[in-house]
Amino acid sequence: MVDAYIEVHDLSFYRGDRAIYENVSLTIPKGKVTAVMGPSGTGKTTLLRLIAAQLSPDQGRILVAGEDVHRLSRKDLYKVRKKMGMLFQSGALFSDMSVAENIAFPLEEHTQLSRSKIESIVLDKLHSVGLRGAANLMPSELSGGMARRVALARAIALDPDLVMYDEPFTGQDPISKGVLVKLIRQLNDEANITSVLVSHDVEESLSIADHVCILAGGHVIAEGSPETIQASTDPQVMQFLRGEPDGPVPFHYPETSESQGGPR
Amino acid sequence: MNLLVGLGAWFLNWLEAVGRAGIFLAQSVLRMPVRFRESIRLLIQQLYAVGVLSLVIVVVSGAFIGMVLALQGYSILSKFGSEEAVGQLLALSLLRELAPVVTALLFAGRAGSSLTAEIGLMKATEQLSSYEMMGVDPLRRIIAPRFIAGVICLPLLSIIFSATGIIGGLLVSVGWLGVHDGAFWSLMQQSVYFDTDIMNGFIKALCFSVVVTWIAVYQGYECVPTSEGIGKATTRTVVLGSLAILALDFVLTAAMFGDF
Repeated sequence: MVDAYIEVHDLSFYRGDRAIYENVSLTIPKGKVTAVMGPSGTGKTTLLRLIAAQLSPDQGRILVAGEDVHRLSRKDLYKVRKKMGMLFQSGALFSDMSVAENIAFPLEEHTQLSRSKIESIVLDKLHSVGLRGAANLMPSELSGGMARRVALARAIALDPDLVMYDEPFTGQDPISKGVLVKLIRQLNDEANITSVLVSHDVEESLSIADHVCILAGGHVIAEGSPETIQASTDPQVMQFLRGEPDGPVPFHYPETSESQGGPR
Repeated sequence: MNLLVGLGAWFLNWLEAVGRAGIFLAQSVLRMPVRFRESIRLLIQQLYAVGVLSLVIVVVSGAFIGMVLALQGYSILSKFGSEEAVGQLLALSLLRELAPVVTALLFAGRAGSSLTAEIGLMKATEQLSSYEMMGVDPLRRIIAPRFIAGVICLPLLSIIFSATGIIGGLLVSVGWLGVHDGAFWSLMQQSVYFDTDIMNGFIKALCFSVVVTWIAVYQGYECVPTSEGIGKATTRTVVLGSLAILALDFVLTAAMFGDF
């Protein structure tokens, strides 16, 4: 029996009339790297925002460390979020603060540590992502890969139990991707963090994940170890993993009566 | 019938938006700061961004409006041989009307649009979400200092506008057109009252500051986080802010000076 850190029960979420999720249930095991994969537009980022309670489900429950995050008061939710770190797709560094100030920010907000202690933690976190020398730079002076590593250092500043990565490899060169893959695995193993990685980069995600969950059409179409997923004979899973242009997910966007007849 | 339904739906939507904006304002202002020293630092930063950086446009506009008023006033008053009253005309029109209204319009264009764009961009680059994920309330950290700074700055800018307007008018009427400076100042002193003129002008500026800054921060926070969405929100801040100032000015003027 796997010890679950996040449990999603019968989740349904709609944007207008469009169902993003319909009765989805899944578990994220504790202390492991879980890759949530799927084609663009399947609501992978939405799932992270639902777990973080930045969005509320239309139906169902999400338990994080046993707590139903959508039933908590604002104060309790903020308390739970201190135990979560999120690496946003854009990095989301505060543009008016230097690299060091960005990482020090959560420590200054939530701890009573002395300035010298905070400085030492900041340098330590920067060292762990290989950017100790960039402490005094401003976010505008960083490359995309560096910005994401700084954001990762900030996400782990409070030593969270859970770190969520939103498309960490998108727009990164092969070296940056390699560095991020190594860091995610290393941080997970060294600090026994539960990691949720949302991505559509098949190779990188399968190389570091302990557990994989593939979403499509508002449902979980496959779940298990990377080996199980790779051995899957489900046509939809095979199309996604091999990157085939046509298959169960059609190449052509379906035509409707409104779209027929070309431009007017 | 359809028109009536449409009007009803529009009114309900408008009412809902006003309610949402009201709750947003109350949550922004009423949430107590966690760290007092940090809140003061953030407020000073915003006082500089919203107030000090708006000084140039307010001072230059104030001086030119004062100069134009003096020229126009002199050309009419001199026909009746009462060109000395140009000081009185300047002071009353600036203090009661022009300073609060024009400063608020300039403020909506300069500081309001900048607040909306800044907050909108923070939303688009997920910085606001990032605060939330760290357990830091973005309303308290981002919105509250900007709103309070706007409310403090606009009345002060309005006073500066009046002062520079009067100085501009003095240069034109006394320095150029030859109005007697003693008459200029004494007539102004006789006709301007602290409670009816200066205080009413200040109250107007204070009301405008609440409305304009509220619209600016709300539009930024609620904008669609795309370049087009931020552009539209910035335009809405200037348009809605300007219309609100002019409509509110009529209501306040009627309440303050409408005792006919």
